[in-house]
Amino acid sequence: MPSKLKIYLTAGLIASASVPYGAQVFAVAKANARTASQVSPRGQILALSCAGCHGTDGKSVGIIPSFYGKSPQYLEEALKDFKSGARVSTVMGRHAKGYSDEEIHLIAEYFGTVWKKNK
Amino acid sequence: MSMNISRRDFNKMFLTGVAGASLGLFGGALPAFAARHRVVVIGGGFGGASAAKYLKKLDPTLSVTLVEPKAAYVTCPFSNWVLAGLKTIPEITQTYTALANRGITIVPEAAVSIDPVKSLVTLKSGKVLNYDRLIVSPGIDFKWDTIEGYNQGLAESRMPHAYQAGPQTELLHRQLLDMKDGGTVLVCPPANPFRCPPGPYERASLIAHYLKENKPKSKVIILDPKEKFSKQGLFTKGWARLYPGMIEWRGPAAGGKVLAVDSSAMSVKTDLGMVKGDVINIIPPQKAGQLAFIAGLTDQSGWCPVNPTSFESTIHKNIHVIGDACKAGAMPKSGFAASSQGKVAAAAIIRLLRGQEPAPPSLVNTCYSLIGQGYGISVAGVYHLSPEGIAEIPGSGGLTPIDANDDQLEQEAMFARGWYNNIVRDIWG
Repeated sequence: MPSKLKIYLTAGLIASASVPYGAQVFAVAKANARTASQVSPRGQILALSCAGCHGTDGKSVGIIPSFYGKSPQYLEEALKDFKSGARVSTVMGRHAKGYSDEEIHLIAEYFGTVWKKNK
Repeated sequence: MSMNISRRDFNKMFLTGVAGASLGLFGGALPAFAARHRVVVIGGGFGGASAAKYLKKLDPTLSVTLVEPKAAYVTCPFSNWVLAGLKTIPEITQTYTALANRGITIVPEAAVSIDPVKSLVTLKSGKVLNYDRLIVSPGIDFKWDTIEGYNQGLAESRMPHAYQAGPQTELLHRQLLDMKDGGTVLVCPPANPFRCPPGPYERASLIAHYLKENKPKSKVIILDPKEKFSKQGLFTKGWARLYPGMIEWRGPAAGGKVLAVDSSAMSVKTDLGMVKGDVINIIPPQKAGQLAFIAGLTDQSGWCPVNPTSFESTIHKNIHVIGDACKAGAMPKSGFAASSQGKVAAAAIIRLLRGQEPAPPSLVNTCYSLIGQGYGISVAGVYHLSPEGIAEIPGSGGLTPIDANDDQLEQEAMFARGWYNNIVRDIWG
């Protein structure tokens, strides 16, 4: 089992290696032409569980804040503020601390754009 | 292999119209001329229904079939609220209409066997379903033979487990309503691992809530084989504040382990003798749901080992096991965890069907417990892949602070309601 896990883990680390944001732009620019029909799979995996509290695509029906229709910039800032504690919360701080800044960027990008397809 | 699309690139693509197509196909989609992949999901609970919905949402070209014999699903989350009179069974009952409207084929039948070599599922009627990928989300089953004298018949008559919501919840509720003032309720949780670790303690809290208002001379005794339990500090503090003297927890050294039951005497046998109860709630030790055993998906632990990236069984290829039945490392067996796993499995399957590597998993759990009507607590967890398997990310997650003030506790109770309303729509809506 440990050897198998190591393989999974290595695959994970390669895929999630924290390449600086600026460098990524060039790294992926070429790939975009052929992957235009794809959302970042990493961003998608990171983002999907948020809907468990905030509703599908961030569309909340109750007291939990809805973030459907928000911009990537807004979402990234909000998540970083929860992570740092600058924004007071009950549970969001505990969640946000589970993500690197790069991962927060990917989550914000996913939810900050997913709603546009419904327009 | 990460294919990150930067914000700037995204905007550029949007302007050129490329992103328009990409947005319409969020998660990607196969061209219309490609073969239509078939994914069958067995089990319409938190795990299975989430997987079915997100398979279809992320790739509308997929053929998705959900096999679930029950027309409606009563959620275990919030079933303790029913015991306190804070919710009704219809309010926690979910149906499959919305999923059918999304283009998911609902098969209202039980699956009786799986042939992992020929990739087919046999239904009770004898009908057979072929799959390219199969998701099995069978939930839990009980180890009836671990407590002497306890069996399914007794659970359905005098000593309900109420750990699969529905008729069992109603039976326990009715027994509480019928109990005399001054009565004793025994809540008897199992050893780890089991479904919903804070569940028995929220149950004791909400039973006490009902008793305090209606039968204030009564009490609740928890007979626990464990040295410690989920959210223990928060529960203990809440009990002392809201229900002083009403809830007594007995660990293993205090005779907490239930060895046998006597239904005619309405008592349970422990290391320290017999304990009588007017209402006795036995939550038996658990194992993966029956189909997991029939299909040979379990190991000697009684649960299903899986690849932590895709939740594909390590025993049978092309079959994924999610939810309470699977061994998901540090994740608790909860509805939220099952839903998170269902989404990860769905996204992984879509990539696998296209010959692509699944993205590394990111999983979340959030479990709210209600101690009193305006008194909520929570535990949160964010999980990733570590050398030990699925592990909690250090420094993240954790409990409601033990010194949380009344405003925070009330807010958590409100968020608990908000969470339920959103997650059931996210899964069955």
